[in-house]
Amino acid sequence: MLEFKNISKWFDGPEGKVTALDEVCLSVSPGEFLAVRGPSGCGKTTLLLTAGGLLRPNAGQVSLDGNDPYALSPEKRSQMRARMIGFVFQQFHLIPYLTVQQNILAPSLALPAKGADQRAQELVSRFGLDDRAGHVPAQLSTGQRQRTALARALLNKPKIILVDEPTGNLDEGNADIVFGYLSQYVAEGGCVLLVTHDARAAAHATRTLQMVDQRLIE
Amino acid sequence: MTIWKLVTSEILHRRMNFALGVLSVMVASASFIGSVTLLRIHDLRTGQILEVKQEELAKRMAELKDDTRKAMLKLGFNIVILPKDQNLADWYAEDYASKYMPEDYVHKLANSGIVTVRHFLPSLQQKIEWPERKRKIILVGARGEVPNLHRNPVKPMVQPVPPGTISLGYEIHRSLDMKVGEKVKLMGKEFTIHACHKERGNKDDITAWIYLAEAQELLDKQGLINAILALECICAGMDVLPLIRKEIGAILPGTQVIERGSRALARAEARTKIEKEAQIAIEKEKLGRQHLRAVRERLASILTPVIVTACAVWVALLGFTNVRARREEIGVLRTLGVCRRGILVMFLSKHILVGVLGGVLGFCAGVLAAFYFSTALEGKRIWITGMDLSMAGLLVLSVGGAAALAVIAGWIPTMTAIRQDPADVLREE
Repeated sequence: MLEFKNISKWFDGPEGKVTALDEVCLSVSPGEFLAVRGPSGCGKTTLLLTAGGLLRPNAGQVSLDGNDPYALSPEKRSQMRARMIGFVFQQFHLIPYLTVQQNILAPSLALPAKGADQRAQELVSRFGLDDRAGHVPAQLSTGQRQRTALARALLNKPKIILVDEPTGNLDEGNADIVFGYLSQYVAEGGCVLLVTHDARAAAHATRTLQMVDQRLIE
Repeated sequence: MTIWKLVTSEILHRRMNFALGVLSVMVASASFIGSVTLLRIHDLRTGQILEVKQEELAKRMAELKDDTRKAMLKLGFNIVILPKDQNLADWYAEDYASKYMPEDYVHKLANSGIVTVRHFLPSLQQKIEWPERKRKIILVGARGEVPNLHRNPVKPMVQPVPPGTISLGYEIHRSLDMKVGEKVKLMGKEFTIHACHKERGNKDDITAWIYLAEAQELLDKQGLINAILALECICAGMDVLPLIRKEIGAILPGTQVIERGSRALARAEARTKIEKEAQIAIEKEKLGRQHLRAVRERLASILTPVIVTACAVWVALLGFTNVRARREEIGVLRTLGVCRRGILVMFLSKHILVGVLGGVLGFCAGVLAAFYFSTALEGKRIWITGMDLSMAGLLVLSVGGAAALAVIAGWIPTMTAIRQDPADVLREE
C-alpha cells in the first residue's frame, strides 16, 4: 500500500543542513498496523508528512497504492490525499467553529460524495458521539475530540490512516478506545502507519519499527 | 458540508473580524456615495435656484414689456419711413414730409416678411390753414395698422379714426371750444368729432386726425402718403437701427428710415438693459454655484480616495489577521485534500460577502448622510423623491465597487493563505 525507497529529507537551517530522514525504507500493506517509535525530534512527523504527500523528499521514492504522489500535480495530489489517506494528529486539529458532525464531514469539502451526511451520522454513532454531534470542539472532552478526529479520518473510507502521537493527550482509558478503533479499522482491511514515542502504542501494532538518528531499524 | 456553510460558520465564529470588515467597506462606500449624492443635490439645488431667478426675471420682464407697450400707445411710433428724396432738414423743421410715396409701400412692407418691425401705420401729413376756422393745424390722414402677416398678430397699438370723423388735439378743441359728437367742417367737408385728446405738450396738441382716404382727397394726394410710422418690436436697443435700415432698404429702395427719439425707445432700451443685467446676475449665480461645486468636487476627489484607501488597508489588515488566526485551519483543510482553489474560494467568498454587505449599508448611510448634510450645505433638505438620481444605478455601483474593493484589499491575504504550506503547520505541533 505504502512504500518508501531510500527516502531522505533535509532542511536548510541557520546552522546548515539538518537531516530529518536518512535513506528510510519501509512498506505498509493492507491489514497492517505499523508503529514507528522514536524520541522527539528523530524525524517521525517528517516521515508521516512525506508519506501523506505533504512534504516532498529530497531523495528516494514514495509509492502510494502503486503511484508516486510527488509525480502528480498539486491539485491531483490533493485529490489523491482526500481519496486515499486519513490523518489523525496529536493536537486533533479540529475546526473550532464547526460542530462534531460538521468536523467529521470536513473531508467532503475536498471529495464531495452522495451519502456523506449519512456516513458522518454513522461515524458519530459508531464513535459514541451522538449526544455531542451538535457541539463545537471547545465543548468536548479530550477523548471526545480525538474520537471526532478519528471519525473525520474515516469519512472518505481511506486506504491508509497516518496517525501522529494519537494518545499523547489522552488518559489510558481513552487511549485504549482510540487504539481499539484503529485495530478494528485494520481488521476491516485498512492499514495504519502510526508514529509515537509511547511504548504502549506499540502493543496494539502488528509491527513496530524504531527510528534512531533519522533512520529506521527493526 | 459546503464551502458556503464553512464561510458562514466562520463568520459567525469571528463576528468581530467580519463586522469590522463590513464597517470599513461601509465607510468607504458611504464616503463615495455621500459625495456623489451631495454633488447631485448641489446640482439639483442649483437648478432650483436658477429656475426661481429665471421665473422672477420673466415676471419682471413681462411687467416691463407691458409698461413699454402702454408707453407706446401714448407716445406713438419710433421709426419713420420717409420718401428717399425728402430733405431731412425740412422734415425736422416742419415735422412732416413734403415729398410723397405710394400708399402701396406699406402693403409691400407688410407682406415682405420683415422681422425687425411689427407695426406699420401709413400717414399723410401736411400743415394747412383750416379755412373754416382760420387756424393753422397739422392735418394727419391715418388709417388702421397694416398687419405684419409674418409676425404673430398683436393687438393694434393705434386705433384708426373712422371715416367721416375727426380727432382733435388739445389746443385745437380747447381754443375752439369743441366737444365730441359735434359736427365741424374742414375744407368744405363735414366731420363728426370722434375724440378730443388730452394735453400732450407736443405738436399733437395742434393736430387733427382724419381717415387717410379722406385726407388724400382733401389734399388732392390720392394713393399717396408721406410717412410710414413703424415700431421696431424686437427692442434690441441702440444697435437695431442699422439692421432695420438694411432690411427696409432692401424692400423699399425708394425710402429712408430715421429714428424718432422717444421715451418708449428709452424704456425699451432700459428694459433690454435690465434684462441683460438680470441675465448677468443669473450667470454670476450660475458661476458661483459652479465654483462652489468645483470646490466640493475637489474636496470629494481628495477625501474620498483617502478614505477608500484607508478602508482598503484596514480590510487588508483584517484579512491578514483572519489568515493568521486560521493558519491551523487552512493547514488541516489542505491536509484533508482541499486544494488551493478551494481555499481561494473560501476566502474570496467571505470578502465578497463583506463587500456586498458593506456596499448596501454604505449606500444607505451615504444617501442618508447626504440628505442630512444637505440642510447645512444647501439650506434646505432635499429628499430622494425630488432628486434626479438613478438610485438603482448608484446602488449597483456601490455594491459592485464595494465588493471589488473588498476583494482587491483581501487579495494579498488570500494569496498568503493559499500559499501556506500545510506541512509547516503540522510540523510546528
